[in-house]
Amino acid sequence: MRYLPKSDTERRQMLDALGLDSLEQLYSHLPQDVLLNRPLNLPAGKSEYEIVDYFRARGDENAAGYASFLGAGVYHHYRPVMVDVVVSRGEFLTSYTPYQAEIAQGTLTTIFEFQTMICQLTGMDVANASMYDGSTAVPEAAMMARRITGRDKVLAAKTVHPEYRMVLDTYSRYEGAPVAEIGYDSESGTLDFAGLEKQLDEQTAAVIIQSPNFLGSIEDWRKAAALAHKKGALLVYVFTEAVSLGLLEPPRDADIVVGELQSFAHPPSYGGPFAGIMATKERFIRQLPGRLAGETKDSNGNRAFCLTLSTREQHIRREKATSNICTNQALIALMATVFLSVYGKQGLRELAGQNLSKAHYLGGGVKRRFSAPFFNEFAVKTNGGSPDEVNAELLKRKIIGGLPLGRFYPELSDCLLLCATEMSKREQMDAVKKAIA
Amino acid sequence: MPGKVRSHINQNEPLLFERSSPGKKGYQLPELDVPAVDAAAALGAANTREEIEDFPEVSEVEVIRHFSRLSTWNYGIDLGLFPLGSCTMKYNPRVNELVARTEGLAWAHPYQPAEVAQGAMEVMAQLESALAEITGMDAVTLEPAAGAHGELTGVLMIRALLESRGNPRKKVIIPDSAHGTNPATAAIAGYGVANLKSNDKGVIDLEALSRIANEDIAALMVTNPNTLGVFEEEIAKVTGLMHSRGALVYMDGANMNALVGITRPGDFGIDVMHLNLHKTFSTPHGGGGPGAGAVAVKSHMEPFLPAPRLTRVNGMWNWNWDRPRSIGKVRAFYGNFGVALAYIMAHGAPGLRQATLDALLNANYIRKGLEPYYDLPYQSPSMHECVFSDERQAKLGVRTMDIAKRLIDYGFHPYTVAFPLIVHGALMIEPTETEGKQELDLFIEAMASIAKEVETDPQFVLKAPYDTRTSRVDEVTAARKPILRWKREAAVSQAAD
Repeated sequence: MRYLPKSDTERRQMLDALGLDSLEQLYSHLPQDVLLNRPLNLPAGKSEYEIVDYFRARGDENAAGYASFLGAGVYHHYRPVMVDVVVSRGEFLTSYTPYQAEIAQGTLTTIFEFQTMICQLTGMDVANASMYDGSTAVPEAAMMARRITGRDKVLAAKTVHPEYRMVLDTYSRYEGAPVAEIGYDSESGTLDFAGLEKQLDEQTAAVIIQSPNFLGSIEDWRKAAALAHKKGALLVYVFTEAVSLGLLEPPRDADIVVGELQSFAHPPSYGGPFAGIMATKERFIRQLPGRLAGETKDSNGNRAFCLTLSTREQHIRREKATSNICTNQALIALMATVFLSVYGKQGLRELAGQNLSKAHYLGGGVKRRFSAPFFNEFAVKTNGGSPDEVNAELLKRKIIGGLPLGRFYPELSDCLLLCATEMSKREQMDAVKKAIA
Repeated sequence: MPGKVRSHINQNEPLLFERSSPGKKGYQLPELDVPAVDAAAALGAANTREEIEDFPEVSEVEVIRHFSRLSTWNYGIDLGLFPLGSCTMKYNPRVNELVARTEGLAWAHPYQPAEVAQGAMEVMAQLESALAEITGMDAVTLEPAAGAHGELTGVLMIRALLESRGNPRKKVIIPDSAHGTNPATAAIAGYGVANLKSNDKGVIDLEALSRIANEDIAALMVTNPNTLGVFEEEIAKVTGLMHSRGALVYMDGANMNALVGITRPGDFGIDVMHLNLHKTFSTPHGGGGPGAGAVAVKSHMEPFLPAPRLTRVNGMWNWNWDRPRSIGKVRAFYGNFGVALAYIMAHGAPGLRQATLDALLNANYIRKGLEPYYDLPYQSPSMHECVFSDERQAKLGVRTMDIAKRLIDYGFHPYTVAFPLIVHGALMIEPTETEGKQELDLFIEAMASIAKEVETDPQFVLKAPYDTRTSRVDEVTAARKPILRWKREAAVSQAAD
């Protein structure tokens, strides 16, 4: 087996050193009744070529080379070559969580840079080293808000990604922590502020909104924050399209910002693994879950970084920790850090601008369902047949259309959610516009 | 043969923000093929940001140099043995990285129609069934993002199953040797924690367990082999006892690398467990993630698995959302994509078993090699890892962390320090199967040499490491006055210093 570096001669020498005759003696103390007395029912080992070939064949069954207008939380953005060049370096790829700071300064420095850039993008004071993904960051934010306010109730906008809300429900169910829904205005596609005001009370820990929301509309976070703060609740701002941060005013009035990083250089990967972010105000640092890198000095007085404030974490606090989270998505956060370095201050803005322009071209002259400003996604009423029929027609031409919204919003069953990015081409967009017209 | 380390020039490198200067670019976007839209007009002026303040501006060459230089300050498996106990830092086959980037898989969108996602679903289904065979369980979900997330998924399922029987119960029993994630998970799932003290062999004390396993107990969370690297020989009795009290047994699969191909949790009474695909199944740790925490269950727990589930109808895969008893979703979409399958395919059944045997051989070889120099607090047979204590060295004022730091100078990553908590001053060592005899011999030599240094000059060891770019890091000040991001003001004052 090619991943096992020992020759049989070396195995023999090592067994001799242990005074053993066979490898089987290494586990002869296990009770007979728990031993597996047959080989595992799996095929024999395959060569590298056969493995590559197998995955290539599976990939070919999967719409390789199709154009796609799906967004809805997962976006097609170009990945600069530099990203894989950097993350393929064994010193990053095959390193561990940087607990041993003296030989992990590479990872620690990139985490510190990552935390800084997330703060700059979100307008927050502090960001952690990353979360599993955007969806799990939402219940973590809810738990954090409950710890800070000492209250239980959470109000989540119906326009937060439906799968994120499902995850929030799973986490909240067993904490006896109710989650109530805030509806949306059927004309603008944004938060129903009257409904929000009515539901906000002295038991509310957090108001959770997403912008651009799942329907593509930009939300007024200033107004949501003002209403939440008036009742002593926190505002949690969620994003699924990180590229929007290049153009949108950061939600400075929010108390916690969480979101999905996939847009920053991670391919859609059929839904994961991704990485999430969590950022907050300085005064809430001690309630922030997850790993944090901090600046310090080494014994020679040189700048150095290390993981810090770990007394919040499970390996120290056990059942009293802020979260059970252990892993962060370091390698994916590194992809994002490289991506953001390549684009930089001007590039991220220009990239976001191209997304905006393409989506507005796609959304021009079609029946957009909602009137609010949008970034690179919008809901559209299909005239040329039902959403499913339009998609089926496009699929024949190797174009994957939008998400039929009826799946999550029965009242929008005549609508598609369409997304355009810098990778969308004009002639394909024209084909989509024709199909829905 | 030559020793393991030589010194080498190391490049200095500032932070990206310190490298940055206005007007530098590392990108070029294609020319727009549609009319450019004015952001403020489209989004509203109040919604549009002026600039991303202090965001870096660097050239392409500076980007590659920046990250390449930083990378050389790291240690990785590619450089040598990474003996972290219970972390299973094994070789990460590069073909896994290649197949993860296969175009049709990497660019598949989770909402693309099932008819053009069959390949992705097939890979996930194959991985699920291989993991079920390896664990002896009946069904597997790939949805949990990491080990601790898998624990949460499993404990929520236990709660759901007990609720369906009428009483979710109140507490989860956790042995004192367990990982910190176990009690943290139980708390998040709404359970209290009942601690279980290990016996003098470092394993579960059946009598003590029997005393506390009353009708308030929902489950036992067990790690097997436990964090001493010792197989719980009475595991079948343990699971039988819990079941007889109406409770369930969760297994933390962090140490599954000791078991693959020789015994299966499903055959010794485990109801639900997670696997760390980034440990046992070789997906890279990547400096702290992504992990992957597949959860495997017996058939009586299958209805409670997170939604959706893969189903095959008329030869076509699809996602089944009609799961009325499911705990719900624990993460958006379907879970980590199946690159761990590439590892299982490469090994095949005989290779997986051989890997386990080599992992046991390596751990026992290290144990034998180090026994003359370090105190072995528990004599029970070791599986894939061994745990020493610093008892002898501590008498001379040198603790496990100091030995670990000195080990860096010998060209190795430290072992796991001060864990498990039941061993005072623990040195927890897991070599994995992907180390050859030469590397193990160098490690034993290094550890033996440090033990001698402690005896002759303990003060010297206390200040290690000496040969790293960064000397011992002041973690106390980092926590006392947290600086968690770069700021322009700080940079200015530093330049003035």
